[in-house]
Amino acid sequence: MRFLQHLPVLVILIPLISAVVIPVIGRVNRFACWIVSCVALFFSLSGSIYLLNKVANTGKVTYHLGGWKPPWGIEYSIDHLNGFVITVIAFIAFVVAFYAEKSVEHEIEERKIPAFYSIYMLLITGLMGIVITGDIFNLYVFLEISSLAGYALVALGKHRNALVASFNYLIFGTIAGTFILIGIGYIYMQTGTLNIADLRERLPEFYNSTVILTAFAFFTVGLCLKVALFPLHFWLPKVYNYSPSVVSSIMAAVGTKVGLYVMLRVMFTVFKVEFSVENVPIANILIIISSIAIVVGSILAIAQTKIKLMLAYSSIGQVGYIVLGATLTNQIAMTGSIIHILNHALMKGSLFLIVGCLVYKAGIERIDDLEGMGKRMPFTMAAFTVSGLSMIGVPLTVGFVSKWHIAIGALDAGMWYFVPVLIISSLLTAVYFWRIIEKIYFYEEPALLHEDRRVNININWDRREKRENFGDRRINLERRSEFKGTRRKNKEDRRRQLDKQWQPLEQWDEHGRWEVVKNDRRVSEEDRRQFMPDRRSLEGIGRRTRDYNLALIKRGEAPWTMLAPTLVLSGACIFFGIAAKIPVAIAEKAAAMLLR
Amino acid sequence: MARKEDHIISLGVISKILIPFIQLYSYYVLAHGDLGPGGGFQGGVILGSSIILYVLAFGEEEGRKLVSQKFNDIFSSVGVLVYAGVGILCLIAGGAYLEYSKFPLDHHLAHHLGMYGVEIGVQITVSAVMTTLFFETARKDDETFESKKKKKMEPSNLKSS
Repeated sequence: MRFLQHLPVLVILIPLISAVVIPVIGRVNRFACWIVSCVALFFSLSGSIYLLNKVANTGKVTYHLGGWKPPWGIEYSIDHLNGFVITVIAFIAFVVAFYAEKSVEHEIEERKIPAFYSIYMLLITGLMGIVITGDIFNLYVFLEISSLAGYALVALGKHRNALVASFNYLIFGTIAGTFILIGIGYIYMQTGTLNIADLRERLPEFYNSTVILTAFAFFTVGLCLKVALFPLHFWLPKVYNYSPSVVSSIMAAVGTKVGLYVMLRVMFTVFKVEFSVENVPIANILIIISSIAIVVGSILAIAQTKIKLMLAYSSIGQVGYIVLGATLTNQIAMTGSIIHILNHALMKGSLFLIVGCLVYKAGIERIDDLEGMGKRMPFTMAAFTVSGLSMIGVPLTVGFVSKWHIAIGALDAGMWYFVPVLIISSLLTAVYFWRIIEKIYFYEEPALLHEDRRVNININWDRREKRENFGDRRINLERRSEFKGTRRKNKEDRRRQLDKQWQPLEQWDEHGRWEVVKNDRRVSEEDRRQFMPDRRSLEGIGRRTRDYNLALIKRGEAPWTMLAPTLVLSGACIFFGIAAKIPVAIAEKAAAMLLR
Repeated sequence: MARKEDHIISLGVISKILIPFIQLYSYYVLAHGDLGPGGGFQGGVILGSSIILYVLAFGEEEGRKLVSQKFNDIFSSVGVLVYAGVGILCLIAGGAYLEYSKFPLDHHLAHHLGMYGVEIGVQITVSAVMTTLFFETARKDDETFESKKKKKMEPSNLKSS
C-alpha cells in the first residue's frame, strides 16, 4: 500500500504537525490539546510497531526524502536497532502523554498547558527523528530540536530552581551539541559525505589521520555529556528533580536513551568496531568509566532524601550499564545493553510516573514522607514495588534480563572482574529501594495523635526526635516582620484583616508554594503571641505541620488516567521480564549488526 | 524649537514610507531563495523587521493593534503547516516526501513551485516568531519574580481554605 510506504516519514511528521497545531487548538480548548497529542502519538506508536515488524521480517527499510538517492539526499533508514529504539520511544511517549492530562494540570501553570503539549510533541519529534534518520547532519538537527524542547520543558517546573536547572542543562547541552557538530564537521571535511552508511564505507582509509581522531574525540566527549556518563553527570539530577513529573519521566525514560543510541551508532556504525577498540583505546576507557559510574551512581542514590533525586542518581548508574555492555564489544553483552534501553525506559518511566501520582495525590516528594503509603495508595505502591524490584534485578522482571546478559557477556569476553561490579551495584540498588519499600509497607500511617482544636495543629510529640533531621524547611519570617514596622493605624487594620483569615503556620516548602495549616477557627491572642515571636517554636511548628499534613492525606488512588499508564508500564516490567524472547531476538540481531 | 512630537512625527512618516519597500524587498529576497542567495529565512527576517520598525516608531500598543498576539501565534504555526503541507501534497501526488518532480507539471516548474511553497512557509513562521520575540522582550515585565513574590505576600492572596 502506498500509505504504508511513507510510514518512516509520517511517523516523524505527524507529531511535528500536531506540535504546531496544538497551540492554535489550545486557544479554543485545553482538553483538545491532550486528545490531539495522544492521537498523534498513538499513530506514531502503531507506525513504528509496523516498521519494526517489517524490519524483523524483511530487513532494512529505507526512505529517500525528496526522492534524492542516499549519498546526496537525506535518507531515513530503519534497521533492527533503529526500529527497536523508535518503538520504545513511541511507546513511552504515548503512555506518558496519556498520563499527562491531570498531572500537568496540577504541576504546570494553566496558561502554559497548550505550550507544554506543543513542546512535548516537538521533543518527541526530535527524539524519534534522531533515531530514524540515516544522515548524520540530519541527526544533529533533530538532536538540537529535542534538546531545545527539553530545556523549555524543564523550565516549565513551578519551583524557581527549575529555571536554574534548565539553564545548567542549556549550557551543558549546548556544549555537547557543539562538540557533536564539530565532530560531524571534521568527518565531513575528510570524507565529503554525511550519509551514515556511506561514511562507514569511506572512513577506513582515513582511520590514522589526525582529523578523524579529533572528530572521534569530540564525538565521545559530546555524547558522554549528552547521556550524563559519570564524570559529566552534573546537570542531570537537578533537571530531573525540578522539572514536572511528566517531563522528568519522559527525559529519564527516553531522553538519555537516545543519546546512548547515538553513541552506539557513532562508535559501531559510523566507525567500525576495530577503530573504536583497536585504533583508539576509547572502548577500554569507557569500560572503566562506566563501571565507576555504575557504582558511584548507586552510592549517590543511597545518600538522597528526595525520591526524584534518588531516581536521578540511579539513572546515572543505569546509563553506566548500557555503556558497559556496549563497550565490552561482545555479542551477548551488546544484546544486554540494547535490551536495557527498553528495560530501563520501562522501569524509570514507571517510577517517575509513580512519583507524579504521589505528588498529585499527596504532595509527597521526600522518602521519609512515604510511611504507610502502602495502605493509602495500594495500586500505586504495588507498581512502585514491581519497578523497584526490576531495578534491583530480581528474576522474572526486566532488570534481570539485561543484567544477566551483560554479566554473561562479561564472562564471555574473559573480563570476569566486571561481574562483581554488577553484583555490588545490584546490592546497592537493593539498599536504596528496600529502604523505600520498608517505609511503604512496614510503617504505620501517620495519624492525628493529639489535635489541639484551638490552634488546630497536630502535635506529634512521639516522633519529634526522629524529625529533628528535617530542619531544612524554612519558616517564612518575613511576613511577620511585615507588620512590625508598620504604623499603628495600619497595624490595627492589618490585625483586623488577619483576624478574619489568620494563618498561623504558613511556610515555604520545596515546591515554592505556600504550605498552610488549615484553621477553621479564629486564633486567640494568647496563641498568636505564643507562637509568633520565637523562631525556634516556629520551626517546631513547621515539623508538626508536616505531620499534620501527612496525617490529612486520604486513602485513595490518583485518577485513572494517571493510574492506568503507571500500571501499564510497571506491568510491562513483568511482561517483558517473562516474555523476554521478543525483545531479545531483535536486540541480538541489532547487536550482530553493530559488531559486524 | 523642535518639540518632542515633531521627532515622533518625522519617525512615523519616514517609517511609513519605508515599510512598504522593506516588505517588497523581503518578497524579492524570498523569490530569489531557490536559485540565488536569499530565501525564506532571510525574507522572513526582513518582513519581521519591517513590523518591528513600525512598533519602534508608533509604540507597542499601536503595534499590537496591527499584529496581535493571537495573529502571531497562529501564523507561526501556519508557516510550519505550509511547509509540511507542501510535503504532504508531494505524498498525495505519488512521490516521496518533498519530491516536487511528481507534481503534474513541467519538471522545472514543479521544482520551482514546490520550493517556493516551502520558502513561503519558512518566511511566514520566521517573521511571526521574530515579531513575537520582539514583543516579548519589549514588554514591560509585570510578572517578574519580585513582583510575584510581593503578590504572594499580600494577605488577600492567601486563601484560607
